[in-house]
Amino acid sequence: MSDKFNQRLPWLKRYPLLGPVFGLSFVLILFQCMVHFHRGMDFLTPDTVGLILTQTVVVATGTLGMTMIIVSGGIDLSAGSMVALTGVVAGVILRSGHSSWLAVLAAILVGAFAGLINGGIIARFNMMPFIVTLGSMGAGRGLAKWVADNQSVNYNFGITDGVNGLMNNPSILHAASSPQWWTSLGPNDQPNPMPTMTPDWLYNICAHFMPVAPGHPGELYMPLWMPPMGVLILLVLTVAMSIVLNRSVFGRHIFALGSNEDTARLCGLRTKTLKVVVYMLAGMFIGLAGVFDLARLRQGDPTVAIGLELDIIAAVVIGGASLNGGVGSIWGAIIGALTMTSLRSGTVQMGWPSYIQEIIIGVVIVLAVGVDKIRSRGLKG
Amino acid sequence: MRLRLRGIEKSFGATRALSGVDLEARAGEVLALIGENGAGKSTLMKVISGAHAPDAGTMELDGQPFCPREPRQSSDAGVAMIYQELTLAPHLNAEENLVLGREPGRLGVINRPMRREQARKALEMVNHPHLPLDVPVRALSVAQQQIVEIARACASGARVVILDEPTSSLGRHDVQTLFSIIARLAERGVALIYISHFLEECRTVAKNYLVLRDGKSVGSGELSQINDAGIIRLMVGRDVTELYPRAERKLGEPLIELNGLSGKRGKPHNISFKVRRGEIFGIAGLIGSGRTEILRAVFGLNVATEGSVVVEGKPLALGAPGRSLAAGLGLLSENRKEEGLLLNRDLADNLTLSRLDVLAKGGFVSRTKQLAAARNLMERLDVRAKTPAQTVGTLSGGNQQKIAFGRLLHQEADVLLLDEPTRGIDVGAKAVLYRQMLDVAQAGRAVVMVSSYLPELLGMCDTIGVMCRGELVAVRPRVEWDEHSLLTAALSREVVDEKNN
Repeated sequence: MSDKFNQRLPWLKRYPLLGPVFGLSFVLILFQCMVHFHRGMDFLTPDTVGLILTQTVVVATGTLGMTMIIVSGGIDLSAGSMVALTGVVAGVILRSGHSSWLAVLAAILVGAFAGLINGGIIARFNMMPFIVTLGSMGAGRGLAKWVADNQSVNYNFGITDGVNGLMNNPSILHAASSPQWWTSLGPNDQPNPMPTMTPDWLYNICAHFMPVAPGHPGELYMPLWMPPMGVLILLVLTVAMSIVLNRSVFGRHIFALGSNEDTARLCGLRTKTLKVVVYMLAGMFIGLAGVFDLARLRQGDPTVAIGLELDIIAAVVIGGASLNGGVGSIWGAIIGALTMTSLRSGTVQMGWPSYIQEIIIGVVIVLAVGVDKIRSRGLKG
Repeated sequence: MRLRLRGIEKSFGATRALSGVDLEARAGEVLALIGENGAGKSTLMKVISGAHAPDAGTMELDGQPFCPREPRQSSDAGVAMIYQELTLAPHLNAEENLVLGREPGRLGVINRPMRREQARKALEMVNHPHLPLDVPVRALSVAQQQIVEIARACASGARVVILDEPTSSLGRHDVQTLFSIIARLAERGVALIYISHFLEECRTVAKNYLVLRDGKSVGSGELSQINDAGIIRLMVGRDVTELYPRAERKLGEPLIELNGLSGKRGKPHNISFKVRRGEIFGIAGLIGSGRTEILRAVFGLNVATEGSVVVEGKPLALGAPGRSLAAGLGLLSENRKEEGLLLNRDLADNLTLSRLDVLAKGGFVSRTKQLAAARNLMERLDVRAKTPAQTVGTLSGGNQQKIAFGRLLHQEADVLLLDEPTRGIDVGAKAVLYRQMLDVAQAGRAVVMVSSYLPELLGMCDTIGVMCRGELVAVRPRVEWDEHSLLTAALSREVVDEKNN
């Protein structure tokens, strides 16, 4: 083995995540200072952090798929519509009395099917992903309205029942009103019940670690510090996807495809199949995001998530991805999504109007990409 | 003295791209700028064109201080660049391209008759008044596009014209046309700087030379006063004793056999030949004669309409690069940047992409193994790089080509299909690739090489076939060929056709 070629790259090149991490830290610290001095309270409290995490889940789940698509050199503008469609589909299934598991499965399958159509058309007819998904963005929104009969889908579940339990930890909802967030009990000294969708094995694990509420022997409840299930699921999926994209043969092929499709073909990759698989897999994540959005709103609504695809794309790009393909990071995208939610949360706590928030986020997106451009140009020579 | 540079220096971060360049270009003369890839030619051109500001040194144009801060200032001052890659607007026609940015007219309304006249005048300056002005330039041949580009430079009143590897995508005949244009410009009192790897071209077209090495000017003078060996010594700083390595090889069983292979539009048409184990098979011919298309059809990147390919006695399923790869074929693309490499990925990814499974377990790639494999190949190919984790776009052209070639070594291809393997790369990198080709052949594998550079084909190959108009017109052992006969064979049909007309 050779011991040559062991020189180190500049540290920003070696750890490309440092940029987005720095950006997020900067935003958090900035708002902590501003909120502290202007409003005399803290921004970085457990309940704000919990709220930011919860609010990020839908976009972040979308970025798991979108990062893959963008790295492969594509784009998916239909993500927002598909979130609405899959949410509505799940809602309709719940309304007709089927189980939450079936609803989740159906949403994921519908997402995968939408991805199959998108990817299939893009690969088979060699069409621009932008155009194809622009079309399916409209079609998906229409379908969602059709399935929902142009109105919201109410399935009347309790706040932690079934699907709803994925995104609603009552402790999060009431944490602000509960001064002792670290204690075991929620408002009115009542324990928060575990979401009914918790599978048995997870329930058993939880039973091991979670103490019993004083005065409520035998009842398992969710500790106040625990974020909703959706956040935990997202965390697991992020770890898994990051490993898949960075280390698996499939993942390396996606990078190669996005970096240069001709080279990928030259190296024997089945580029068309690969594209279809990428869009399908991404569609499954969109389906899951649709479920999370449904759970968050506790009703199906065909008009939600308009423009969500742009939030997702922005998060992926803030996370260091290039829209030219071949560059991108799952963790970066998650951090990008967190950065955007933190900005929103911070402006709300500062009491700024929402238009200020929109301006700031717009500037941040351009700034993030601009800084990245300057950085990579500086290291080229 | 038209253009005079003194002690030009330029660094990028820790890299010193230029460390003391002196250059003098006289009006009415052609200066050949010679140097290996990475010697600093491109950086020097960017300094002259104003794309980079020099860190130290002075520039004078016709005795006046000349320090362009951006390309626009440089072209306004009369310095025109003709790059390897053409910079025309492909959808506009020749007329629009010729006056682009200087459209005659008033208040933003273009004066069309005047525009046509200016365009005609520009084309007359380069001796091609009959070039079609009304079709989009992308419909013109590469040679014609280049003429448009040079004419545009002349029309802007250029006093200095810099040509960067202008012949790299031209056929023989077009090269002659280009040379006559260059001579005409020199007669008109323009100072020309001609950058090329081909010494014989430099001798034909230029009077003086300047050799760059490692960012310094290491020698200059009149080309008639120095021989090729002397120039090469200046370029590499050492003697290149034997560029084309030789070794005894025993030719074995046929490894790959083409039987009547044809592609779309008669490119190629009815190709049959055999390549044996241990053999280096060369394919000569003009650009556009269907050489590249043979390799692409065999590898499955182009559609083969007829015929078959047999590898090691087994018929190859055509049309799928993946299957060709599995059968032991490997293709080196002629377009390193467009097709050959993942420019924004690292060296390790580029080297191992076509055969990741040997570095993987259960579908997951071991980064340690990948880096180790990459380091081994980089050492074998003498790649100038810091680490396999750097992006391939940061390397010089010759080293990029080594990486593209290294991929075929990693996949352990039995048949290497090489399309212009040494085009546009420096002598040092060429020597490395020749050595590797020979090693492959000695190991009982086979090489099929397409090249426009005849000395290389004659130096490396055991057998050479010549393509003309999509057909393989002659296949003979190397000893029966020389440059003259190769060229005659490549031109044969054209000569006949011209007589018929």
